[in-house]
Amino acid sequence: MPYVTHSEAERSEMLDTVGVSDPDALFDIPDSVRFDGDYGIEAHSERETRAAVEGLLDESPDLTEFLGGGHYDHYVPSVVDHLSLRGEFLTSYTQYQPEITQGFLQALFEFQSLVVELTGLGVANCSVYDRATALGEAVLLADRVRATDGDTVLIPADLPDRVRSVLDNYTDGPEITVETYPTSGGTVDVDGLADQIGADTSLVYAATPNARGVLEPDLAAVGDLADDNDALFCVGSDAVALALLESPAAYGADVVVGDAGVLGLPTTYGMGLGLFACREDFLRQVPGRLVGAGEDDAGNRAYTLTLQTREQHIRRERATSNICTNQAWLALRAAIHAAWLGPDGLVDLAEECVTGIAAACERIDALDGFTAPVYDGHHFREALIDTAAPAADVVDHCRHAGLAVRAVEDAGEERLAVCVTDTNQESVDDLVDALAGYGGGA
Amino acid sequence: MSQKRHERRTEEAAEGDDEGDAPHQQARWYDGDRYEPLLDEKSTDTVTVESSLPDDLTREELTLPDLSEPEVTRHYTRLSQMNYGIDSGPIPLGSCTMKYNPAFTEDVAAHPGNRVHPLRTDEDKQGILGLLYELQETLATVGGMDAVTLQPPAGAAGEFTGIQVAKAYHEANGEGERSEVIVPESAHGTNFASAAMAGYDVVELPSNEDGRVAVDALEAAAGEDTALLMLTNPNTLGLFERDITEIADIVHEAGGLLYYDGANLNSLLGKARPGDMGFDVMHFNLHKTFATPHGGGGPGQGPIGVSADLAPFLPTPQVREADGGYETYEPDHSIGRVHEFMGNWLVLVKAYAYILRHGDVGLERISETAVLNANYLAERIEYEVPYGPFHHEFVASADEDAADVAKAMLDHGVHPPTTKWPEIVDEALMTEPTETESKARLDDLAAAFNAVAATDPEDLAAAPNETTARRIDQADAARNPRLSWHALDDT
Ligand SMILES: Cc1ncc(COP(=O)(O)O)c(C=O)c1O
Repeated sequence: MPYVTHSEAERSEMLDTVGVSDPDALFDIPDSVRFDGDYGIEAHSERETRAAVEGLLDESPDLTEFLGGGHYDHYVPSVVDHLSLRGEFLTSYTQYQPEITQGFLQALFEFQSLVVELTGLGVANCSVYDRATALGEAVLLADRVRATDGDTVLIPADLPDRVRSVLDNYTDGPEITVETYPTSGGTVDVDGLADQIGADTSLVYAATPNARGVLEPDLAAVGDLADDNDALFCVGSDAVALALLESPAAYGADVVVGDAGVLGLPTTYGMGLGLFACREDFLRQVPGRLVGAGEDDAGNRAYTLTLQTREQHIRRERATSNICTNQAWLALRAAIHAAWLGPDGLVDLAEECVTGIAAACERIDALDGFTAPVYDGHHFREALIDTAAPAADVVDHCRHAGLAVRAVEDAGEERLAVCVTDTNQESVDDLVDALAGYGGGA
Repeated sequence: MSQKRHERRTEEAAEGDDEGDAPHQQARWYDGDRYEPLLDEKSTDTVTVESSLPDDLTREELTLPDLSEPEVTRHYTRLSQMNYGIDSGPIPLGSCTMKYNPAFTEDVAAHPGNRVHPLRTDEDKQGILGLLYELQETLATVGGMDAVTLQPPAGAAGEFTGIQVAKAYHEANGEGERSEVIVPESAHGTNFASAAMAGYDVVELPSNEDGRVAVDALEAAAGEDTALLMLTNPNTLGLFERDITEIADIVHEAGGLLYYDGANLNSLLGKARPGDMGFDVMHFNLHKTFATPHGGGGPGQGPIGVSADLAPFLPTPQVREADGGYETYEPDHSIGRVHEFMGNWLVLVKAYAYILRHGDVGLERISETAVLNANYLAERIEYEVPYGPFHHEFVASADEDAADVAKAMLDHGVHPPTTKWPEIVDEALMTEPTETESKARLDDLAAAFNAVAATDPEDLAAAPNETTARRIDQADAARNPRLSWHALDDT
């Protein structure tokens, strides 16, 4: 067997030591529940296994993707793979023995520091699963820290269904009510929100860029409304956008959630790295693992998991979250990517997310039969586009040119959604060509 | 960039080891009063942010480390040298199943066919859907379950998903008022936390004197309020719950469902299936049983399997065969999503490759060897193991503080077992060597246990000495939380 290394002689010596002739005799399982069938899986050599799995994966066509919608692709430098795949990192466990895992602890401490710098908030944990579960955790945190009996959270009408669905599961147990507030002109309708917010509101959520790709122009007004009503203000964003945008703490955010996997993690069928940061006074209510600096017996600075009394293995049903296994290795990758970029590189990458989509929209808007973007305002990575032809037909047409774009429903209309980053920017010409061939198609 | 003095202490100290023991010193990069400096201590830069965006949208400046690629590489290489993984040596952490992670699975995960966006049409992601389908069917077979969702991103997320599915099932049957989840006292913390997160009251079930579920206590606890009993089998002492059929009957007669925590599935491969024992819903820990690397804490993946009655409530999307290919669909009464997309895709790929590599014979050899290794190691160590017969793991009882024992084991170049849990064993040393440790490595582990057992308690308290860092003052770190380099600057 591939990874079991006992020779026959060793095996029988071990069996002798244990006092049985067959390992099966060590299984204390009643006959009535013994499995005597087969799974029906054949064994394969390593080469055969690779061929089989890679062959299966090759069934997906090679396409140039302009998809976005919560999972974004940026170029990941080679060092990220080469360093993060070092076995000492990749194959290590959670740092329950900090004296032999200083390396990973320090990398996670540095990741937390990066998130603190980007959000302006006092505390960042070392990851939750993805941006949707991060929002779920934020809502549960609000439920715990809000002294009043408010149990309604307000989310924008354009929150993606997939995120909403995760949130609905997180809020089901504690019976938190989730309500949407309106948007207008593609961004938060501050007056509409003002009408809706009240004494029972525990948290207001807004994202920038929002689901339409628009950078929210006045989150300070949202923060003020939340503050006036004693609700927490939770901002959704991502680790690249935050390098360029005003720090959320500066306009009153109490919690920031989002995806940090935009660094270090290329397109991988929706894997994420949930980013979670909050005000320092909520420290003891933070979900998930925290790495802190301390001292060892030699008087040197050393790192350790800390404030573990918040966590499930100690606090059990009173833990701040059930999370145990998290996304640590992806946090390491994000930290390496950020270190490689440096502040200049990170800001440049973010700026490309502004200029790339703007340039693409300008070219598409110039074509017959397209309005791009639908909404005014500054966009980040993605934008919605109105099409004279049915959006679904435009999607098909692009698909024939090897380009993947999405049709989405927005404000009762079928629209095209396009995402442009550094990795598909060079193919914008192809997209414009494909669309040009389909302009007046209606 | 400032000049710093770096000293590699390893070899120097190793020479000083005159005990005749193998030198087990861990690498240590050292710089005055700290080990490898933080990135920001090496070089930082504050950039003024200039953008095509209006000023009121952007920050004024950003301060972050600014290192060249060679310096970034050295930093993380040094950090890796101060870190212990399964590639460094055994990690016999009970309940964690830290087995060797086959290298080839990383190459499979690097195949370009993984670079697929989840919002492609079904037609354009047939490779992904095909793998999801094959893996879900395989796991259903291994678990003896009728349907599987691969979506939950970890074991705890699987628990939460399974409980939500069970809740939806009860509600659909007009039994939504069931408000309790029963959990044995020896269960993992996530079981309690997941049940509470889903809004249930947790009822703790005592163990009987032989370390298993106290059936009479269960009989008393189960009733019209019972939504679910959560069990792992073998349990956290490594013991098979022999009364599992009776336990299932009690819970089912009360109208409740049975949840299987799959953390210990490694010991059942080819031998028994949760579905055959009466479990209605279970999770798999792919990062345990199916050897995907734990990555210093994650990512993992915690698919769940359910019986046919519960299948309509599974998360969306599910995958099925259609027209010679595959399609996604939403189950009739789906609870919705527990992750925005499909969890940690790359973990699914690696687990599938691992299963395919082994086949039936290889999978059964895994459980047999895991159980043999645990029993062999237990024979070799001098600490008492109060409960048995155990399977893939055992819980020994230390005479001293188990945390001290663990620290002292570090000086022998191995990772210690899980300590102080489950609490029904005094000063627990919960040990799971897994099937991938050779006899020689098991003998090393036994030697480490026994050397520590023979060590003066005072010396135990002074350990570790041969590690990167000496013992870390946890209480102080928690009292004065410093969680980012910004916090270090303040002091
Ligand atoms: C018995 C048991 N149950 C549940 C879990 C939780 O799984 P995860 O860490 O993948 O969330 C673990 C993992 O440590 C475990 O050992």
